[in-house]
Amino acid sequence: MAIPISYNIRSVGARWINAVVSVLGVAGTVGVFLAMLAMARGFQATLISSGSPDNVIVLRAGADSEMTSAVSLDQVRIIGDAPEIARSSDGAPLVSPEVVVIGAFPMITTGTDANVQIRGLSERVLEVRPRVRIAEGRFFQPGLAELVVGANAVTTYRGFNLGETVEIGGQDWRVVGVFSTDGSAFDSELWCDSVLLNQTFGRSDNVYQSVTARLKSRDDFTSLKDTLTSDPRMTVDITGEQAYYAKQSQAVSMLIRVLGFLVAFVMAIGAVFGALNTMYSAVAARAREIATLRALGFGGFSVVTSFVLESIFIALVGGVLGCLAVLPLNGFTAGTMNWQTFSHLAFAFKVTPSLMIWGLGFAALMGLIGGLLPALRAARMPVATALREL
Amino acid sequence: MKFLPFILRNLKRKKTRTILTVGSIAVALFLFGLLVTIETSLNAGVDVAGADRLVVRNRISLIQPLPLSYQQRLRQMDHVTEATHASWFGGIYQDERNFFPQFAVDTQTYRSVFTEFVMPDDQWQSFLGDREGAVVGKSTAERFKWNIGDRIPIKGTIFQGAWEFNIRAIYEGKTAEADETQFWFHYDYLDESRQWGKGLVGWYTVKIDDPDSAVDVAAAIDERFANSAWESSTETEKAFAAGFAKQIGNIRLIVLSIGAVVLFTLLLVTGSAMATAVRERVPELGVLKTLGFGDGTVLGLVLAESVLISLVGGGLGIGMAKLFTLSGDPTRGMLPFFYLGPDAMALGLVLAILVGLMAGVIPAVTAMRLRIVDALRRV
Repeated sequence: MAIPISYNIRSVGARWINAVVSVLGVAGTVGVFLAMLAMARGFQATLISSGSPDNVIVLRAGADSEMTSAVSLDQVRIIGDAPEIARSSDGAPLVSPEVVVIGAFPMITTGTDANVQIRGLSERVLEVRPRVRIAEGRFFQPGLAELVVGANAVTTYRGFNLGETVEIGGQDWRVVGVFSTDGSAFDSELWCDSVLLNQTFGRSDNVYQSVTARLKSRDDFTSLKDTLTSDPRMTVDITGEQAYYAKQSQAVSMLIRVLGFLVAFVMAIGAVFGALNTMYSAVAARAREIATLRALGFGGFSVVTSFVLESIFIALVGGVLGCLAVLPLNGFTAGTMNWQTFSHLAFAFKVTPSLMIWGLGFAALMGLIGGLLPALRAARMPVATALREL
Repeated sequence: MKFLPFILRNLKRKKTRTILTVGSIAVALFLFGLLVTIETSLNAGVDVAGADRLVVRNRISLIQPLPLSYQQRLRQMDHVTEATHASWFGGIYQDERNFFPQFAVDTQTYRSVFTEFVMPDDQWQSFLGDREGAVVGKSTAERFKWNIGDRIPIKGTIFQGAWEFNIRAIYEGKTAEADETQFWFHYDYLDESRQWGKGLVGWYTVKIDDPDSAVDVAAAIDERFANSAWESSTETEKAFAAGFAKQIGNIRLIVLSIGAVVLFTLLLVTGSAMATAVRERVPELGVLKTLGFGDGTVLGLVLAESVLISLVGGGLGIGMAKLFTLSGDPTRGMLPFFYLGPDAMALGLVLAILVGLMAGVIPAVTAMRLRIVDALRRV
């Protein structure tokens, strides 16, 4: 026969100081665990959402990021002529050849320089990446030293408010617009005319770093890949845009994950110790009660279940508390360095329901481990001796 | 001291509880060691940066190059004793995950500027004599099991092609904090073989004779190259490293908040264990007082017990953290300075003692204030 759960809940109430200690231990552990995962997820989501499943990115063969790639204008034309590429209403192919460089600009928070990506492109990009919308102002005019800046760049780096002028490479650039892609990596970038950008940075004209192209249909990816890689004039790698950005997020999200798991694992051991301590004292203090229960006819198994449930209950309260503590972090924007592109990137923490379920599961596991041994001790206690302690 | 056996006896009475309390403190201090290590590691280089060195980079950003001709012009500046340059190579050894930094360096001057890296002189000479030679840090050499004389293929990403290098020397850091992951090779080899960017270098490191004049020298350098096609931005190596660390984000804040959560939890655990221990022993404390032990002694006994537990746990935790860091970087190459210094270890022990004191204070005061009559009534 099972011991009623209300017995456990009232017991927890009777020894609430000890229980509070356990609850806080578990809450802290779950909180740290979730915060780390939310950070890793947010970072990954920022990069993955930069890519669209309908787009491909073409880089020079062997290049691991846009930073180390180069694609010539001739190659851009060949890509645009491929039958798999979608076309706009005016018949032009939806390809966006892009120049990517890095400029150092001071961060608002620290005043020290951050590496900011500057992307040179043309207005065609708005059709290739339909998610881009101009939130304020307008798009830049071709041939003019004008910038449109990402929504996160405005709030992260100094001097990029609408209408302000920024000096890059000896030239003054005016900020004429702010664009938003709803939190993708582009939101940390500065966009301008690619021809001007090449001139300013003393790079040869007609050389781009990447070409983003929109497919007529997602299924055309393999056939486009075959066409381009077998063309003797091309030495390029072609990747789905999402896969490309997923790869860009690997190093940093792995770093956060490894460290997060390590820290949470160690903290979990600490929390289990705390839970064990609480449950052992609970068992010791309740020796008589337990013996009474046994004398009344509750079996050893019922006692074990009852104590394990009590421990899990305490841990779950801690887990819920930990989840609640981390919840305000959802959407919190932080910046970090993405090693693969060598540039600074803003991303938002993502606390998702599935993450919280993980957190609660983690809490329950800690409760189970912390409660099992003391529960076994409780069940093994000889009834006669324990009752004699009266 | 004569009370030590008494305290030990008390601790042995509830072995499980003592072990668990010691365990949770050990875990917390292990975590503390780990967090400190991660933090220093992410602040990579700020602490080891030379005060007498300046980094000169292109004003636009670090990835824009500077011309080779600046080396002579930098050397002629006041207070500058040497100028050396390096260029980022960014090659891949076998797999992208095997990251380690490769620099094409000016072999004539590099070693005299970066004196914290040491290697046998004959190895250095044989490196100088081999155009395809390379010098590699001890930890990278150990990671890939490279030995002197090995030929290493590296795939260029910025400079295309399959490059090959001969390991000619293995350097070690003079101090334990030094970065032993770097890979240097001849700038001349890079410049002859690459198809573009000839005559350009990544950045300069300038050694100055007077660290106090660093700011003036930096300003003078930038002024000298102002309004040229290659404007420069100069800062001390420390500021350069700190700027890098700041881009990684506010790691210090994250680490500190985790540390605070952990310490708070730990304080609760120890405190509640001590409180339980005192509560159980109230009658005994009454007997002690009846026998004539003063309030102060009783207070001391309880406090000593708490501090002893913390100290043992703390020592264990810090020791384990040290062992863990010795086994190397868990992220495989992303944290080059994975090292727990003696200062941090000492700080950890001090923290442990503080936790012991704070956790013991309330139970100890309760014990001290105990009236004999009340205490004995509970027998």
